[in-house]
Amino acid sequence: MTTVIDRSRTSSGMDVDQALRMYRQMVTIRLFEEKVNDLYTRALMPGLAHLYIGEEAVAVGVCEALRPDDYITSTHRGHGHCLAKGARLDRMFAELLGKEAGYCKGKGGSMHIADPDTGNLGANAIVGGSAGIATGAALSAKRLKTDRVAVCFFGDGAMGQGLLYEVMNMAALWKLPVIYVCENNLYNEYTHNSETLAGDILTRAAGFGIQGESIDGQDIRQVYATAKETVDRVRRGAGPAFLICNTYRFMGHHVGDVNREYYRSKQEEQMWKTERDPIKLTAEWLANEDLADRARLERVEGEVRSEIEKAAEFALSAPFPRPDKVDQDVYA
Amino acid sequence: MPEVRELTLGEAVREALAEEMRRDPRVFMCGEDIAEAGTVFKVLGGLVEEFGTERVLDTPISEAGFTGMAVGAAMTGMRPVVDIMFGDFSTLVMDQMVNQAAKIHYMSGGKWKVPMVMRATLGATRRSAAQHSQSLHAWFCHIPGLKVVLPSTPYDAKGLMKTAIRDDNPVVFFEDKMMYKMKGPVPAEEYTIPFGVADVKRAGTDITIVATSSMVQVALGAAKLLEESGISAEVIDPRTVWPLDEKTIVESAKKTSRAIVVDEGYGRYGVTAEIASVIAEGAFFSLEAPVKRMGAMHVPIPFSPPLEDATVPTEQTVFEAAKALCG
Repeated sequence: MTTVIDRSRTSSGMDVDQALRMYRQMVTIRLFEEKVNDLYTRALMPGLAHLYIGEEAVAVGVCEALRPDDYITSTHRGHGHCLAKGARLDRMFAELLGKEAGYCKGKGGSMHIADPDTGNLGANAIVGGSAGIATGAALSAKRLKTDRVAVCFFGDGAMGQGLLYEVMNMAALWKLPVIYVCENNLYNEYTHNSETLAGDILTRAAGFGIQGESIDGQDIRQVYATAKETVDRVRRGAGPAFLICNTYRFMGHHVGDVNREYYRSKQEEQMWKTERDPIKLTAEWLANEDLADRARLERVEGEVRSEIEKAAEFALSAPFPRPDKVDQDVYA
Repeated sequence: MPEVRELTLGEAVREALAEEMRRDPRVFMCGEDIAEAGTVFKVLGGLVEEFGTERVLDTPISEAGFTGMAVGAAMTGMRPVVDIMFGDFSTLVMDQMVNQAAKIHYMSGGKWKVPMVMRATLGATRRSAAQHSQSLHAWFCHIPGLKVVLPSTPYDAKGLMKTAIRDDNPVVFFEDKMMYKMKGPVPAEEYTIPFGVADVKRAGTDITIVATSSMVQVALGAAKLLEESGISAEVIDPRTVWPLDEKTIVESAKKTSRAIVVDEGYGRYGVTAEIASVIAEGAFFSLEAPVKRMGAMHVPIPFSPPLEDATVPTEQTVFEAAKALCG
């Protein structure tokens, strides 16, 4: 008798193709952000960008649990959410460079990527500013019986915004299909959240009777498994949910925030980068379980790298919008 | 002969909302005390009985929260009408209206739309003191992406509200809380009033009085007094302050050669300042006198009646100002 080993599923029950897809998506976000930093450093990108490096497992794990027509709202640190929800690399880069071919015709930029085709209601540069929009989208989904859910991504900094609590209250009252995903990366811009948060974040959701969970945001398996279970429950009509994904921002608040010692130590950053990198952790897991060897993962990285280069090239050579487009799209 | 009824301004607003909710199942209202209570001004009385609590949705006292939700609902297939009980509470919804609703269409390169209406009240002299008496509509006029409506009669209120609900942009609709009981003719048959079209409320030849909302009746009263003094005043109501019917206003000022702008908002940096500059730019060479602005005094609205009454333009003060300009 020979034992047939089912190689299509991981020991945690996850589909191997799915695991590899998520790995690839995380690598895509990482390399996209590295390219953004490179463009900024070479003065090829106007303005600033807030990089998602280090937090990739959160966006990828949560969006993997969503349907294409489900809604998300994103943040100033939003490239990862947009890509995970299905945005194209070339149009992302084009938007960041202020080009006509960008998702918003160059009118939004890094902090305002929006795309109806992928259910992206928009990244938002007001901290916590999209909480109402996501909750309103959930109200629509319920009224129009579309069976969609809405995910509101925000950081621990948004826990200081009153709007969030107003809409969480209403979402709970009316059992709306919305999931509040708090990416707790420990810093509100340049301030550690031990200086800004009183009590336990999770009890804030509990105060509204909203089911909440605090998970390791660096572990793609945990993020996806929790998100899947949460999305299914919310879609079934159980009302809103709250998810804290504990993570870390490897880079500065934005690309220009290079000298950071005054608010956090290099040792702390190093610890997260060497021990808690979501991509490394996923690669180790895939290798340990014999699901994908190093060569395969390197091949994935190589493919993604060339996609990134191509997309960036497209954006760099794409035309800017003509100045006479400036007053278009003010009114519908 | 088409049927014309006498309705109050409040009834006209309610009728517009009811008709639009019957016409379009995506339209719903949300706000504080709007369902069984029918708002503190009783404007929405009876609607919850017809449309139910899902479409006449009582909310917690969370203006920013339910306005933000309306933005999201508008983007995803609904057409919300948000009720902000007092315009003074605009302060609480400014981020949602200014940074979200107004900009989403533009920021998304024209892809997302926000078809919502924010209803609010304006106007002093109700003895409600400084936090329930302001006329803050100018704030919204300052922001590209918003449209701002100021009806002054039941007829206009109904036709403009129906247009507001059908508009694909965020529209801010200010109702004068002192005019809810004012009656006027309203046709029984369907009609809408386009935005950006001023209405000449009274034709005249000697002076143009541009007046908005609560100040239209004041201007008409002043025009009557002026007539007794042999001065013929033309009263123009822009009806929407953005978009603004600059042409009608400028043409009238060119014709009469004198103009006063009266609005209940604060004078400084306000609606009167904007319209006065439109007249100055457009009719400069026809003007016999500087354009006069009349708005609320630059003080917080006081409680005590004789103090409060001194803060807003009246028939008498508009009459005197017009007479002085024509003198």
